[in-house]
Amino acid sequence: MSLEFEKPILDLESKIRDMRTYGEEQGIDLTSEIGVLESRLESLKQETFASLTRWQRVQVARAPGRPTGLDYVNAVFEGFEELHGDRTLGDDPAVVTGLAKLAGRSVVVIAQQKGRDTKENIHRNFGMSHPSGYRKAMRMFDLADKFGLPVVALIDTPGAYPGIAAEEQGQAWVIAASIQRMSRLRVPAVSVVIGEGGSGGALAIGVANRVLILENATYSVISPESCAAILWRDASQAERAAEALKLTARDLQTLEIVDRVLDEPVGGAHRDPEATMRQVGDALREELDALAPLDATELVRQRRSRFRRLGRFTELEAAASEVPDTRLD
Amino acid sequence: MALERWFRRGRPTRVDDDATPAGLWMKCSACNVQIYRKDLVSNLHVCPECGHHYRMPVDERIASLMDEGTFDRWSGALAPEDPLEFVDTEAYPDRMARVQGKQGRPDAIVTGEGRMHGEPVAMFVMDFFFAGGSMGSVVGEEIARAAERAADRGLPLVGLAASGGARMQEGALSLMQMAKTTTALESLNDLGLPYISVLTDPTTGGVTASFATLGDLVVAEPKALICFAGPRVIQQTIKQELPEGFQRAEFLLKKGMLDDVIERKDLKRKLVRYIRLLLDRPIELEREDAHVAGV
Repeated sequence: MSLEFEKPILDLESKIRDMRTYGEEQGIDLTSEIGVLESRLESLKQETFASLTRWQRVQVARAPGRPTGLDYVNAVFEGFEELHGDRTLGDDPAVVTGLAKLAGRSVVVIAQQKGRDTKENIHRNFGMSHPSGYRKAMRMFDLADKFGLPVVALIDTPGAYPGIAAEEQGQAWVIAASIQRMSRLRVPAVSVVIGEGGSGGALAIGVANRVLILENATYSVISPESCAAILWRDASQAERAAEALKLTARDLQTLEIVDRVLDEPVGGAHRDPEATMRQVGDALREELDALAPLDATELVRQRRSRFRRLGRFTELEAAASEVPDTRLD
Repeated sequence: MALERWFRRGRPTRVDDDATPAGLWMKCSACNVQIYRKDLVSNLHVCPECGHHYRMPVDERIASLMDEGTFDRWSGALAPEDPLEFVDTEAYPDRMARVQGKQGRPDAIVTGEGRMHGEPVAMFVMDFFFAGGSMGSVVGEEIARAAERAADRGLPLVGLAASGGARMQEGALSLMQMAKTTTALESLNDLGLPYISVLTDPTTGGVTASFATLGDLVVAEPKALICFAGPRVIQQTIKQELPEGFQRAEFLLKKGMLDDVIERKDLKRKLVRYIRLLLDRPIELEREDAHVAGV
């Protein structure tokens, strides 16, 4: 599967492959011709990916083949032991949690998990958690606090699941509770947006000391499709909505919502998962090293003030306020 | 892809306008009885015939809860910016200017302190008639400041939520207000001061999924719509009828999500009792009978 704007790149790649095969079969030396095409391919990739629109990045963030939470868990961490269940309602496959080693230290891992094929996507509910998933995450926060283990949270969800059972079991309540519980962690916490950061369902595991994001990942208050459906009553205006929402990694860095943007290989994470995962692994080790000296009080204080600061508004001069006062007796 | 389809089919959550209609006489939308508008207003925007709770303007809400002449407003000095330069059918600053003019305040919230049956309390009230009570940076900041100021002054906090959720026009900054308000409430938690959250019609999305459900006590008004995802979004996802009363206060009470459902006429008295019980103080109200009706 390929994304629309990747077609010229893929076409050129297949042309190069064909040429190579042809040369080998016919015993002709096409090295220089292939060299020309390869350098053209390289510049085409650079050009295409240097100027991706926001909507194209949304597609890259959702691309099939992009490494998922479990891919990172297996590639970046050692000795992962998955731990299941929220001890109340069940075990939500849309969130994978457990213990693992990272650079010699034990960590608690929480990963939102999309499927890597249709069957797994259905099993994982496309990465959309039920309340059970957030309860499981909160259980992990408790575990991390008791044993003084850092938390690594990998964010990749279209959003919390909008369904009857989810609402009856208090979807809003558990998201709020998870935000609060995570803000209280007495251990270092690092969140990485690896794909889609879908609204409150993403933020529930995003209240970390450091929030990282991959170059082509997105983090948004609402999906472009839903936003378009509300604002223009037309979900096909999603491209316009994606532009308006400023949901890309660089946008979020400008708004100080994320602390650090991690470059992806040219062509996107789905074209070179190994390099992407190495990059994330290195960043996680650096971030955890940097947070390691901070004590519990300082970690809580830093995390609270990090989120307390966010927002853009104007302080009106009391006397110069153009907006009339609310009259009350 | 199923998910794409689901998003494409997803229609917006639109909550019907349930403001008290204009005009001298009106027909109650719940019981169809003709009522005199003035009677409805003096009855706290509750239908005298069937008890249907209409959405209440913020100023009247505050007047109904605070002792006369005691409310001191804190909010109003913060105005929204346009960090995303957001344009939909209208540029965000123009949209704001229009709503500010209509509602007479810079954003969808009023905060302040006053007395309820003599009890000093801090309060925030969200204004659903201001851009659907949506939460952007200003609403988040006002709530955060109210919580911190209440903590500074040793006051309990009462919050009245009414909101369509996070404000799209401020993008992820609106989303972050969920974390900001949550962390600011810690200043009350640190001191053991009560925060009581009252969910009114409607409370949805990112507001429900943050400060509104983090009260030490969470109560709601009768029939209030309270949800994370709106009924229409869910209906379009699952393609089946929703259960009777789904996401309404009484339904959520049964599901264990609320401490109680409280009629508007009882709200002030109940809130004061909760605060005094939590703080282990005598609960008798002065001239209690005189206050049962509310204002």
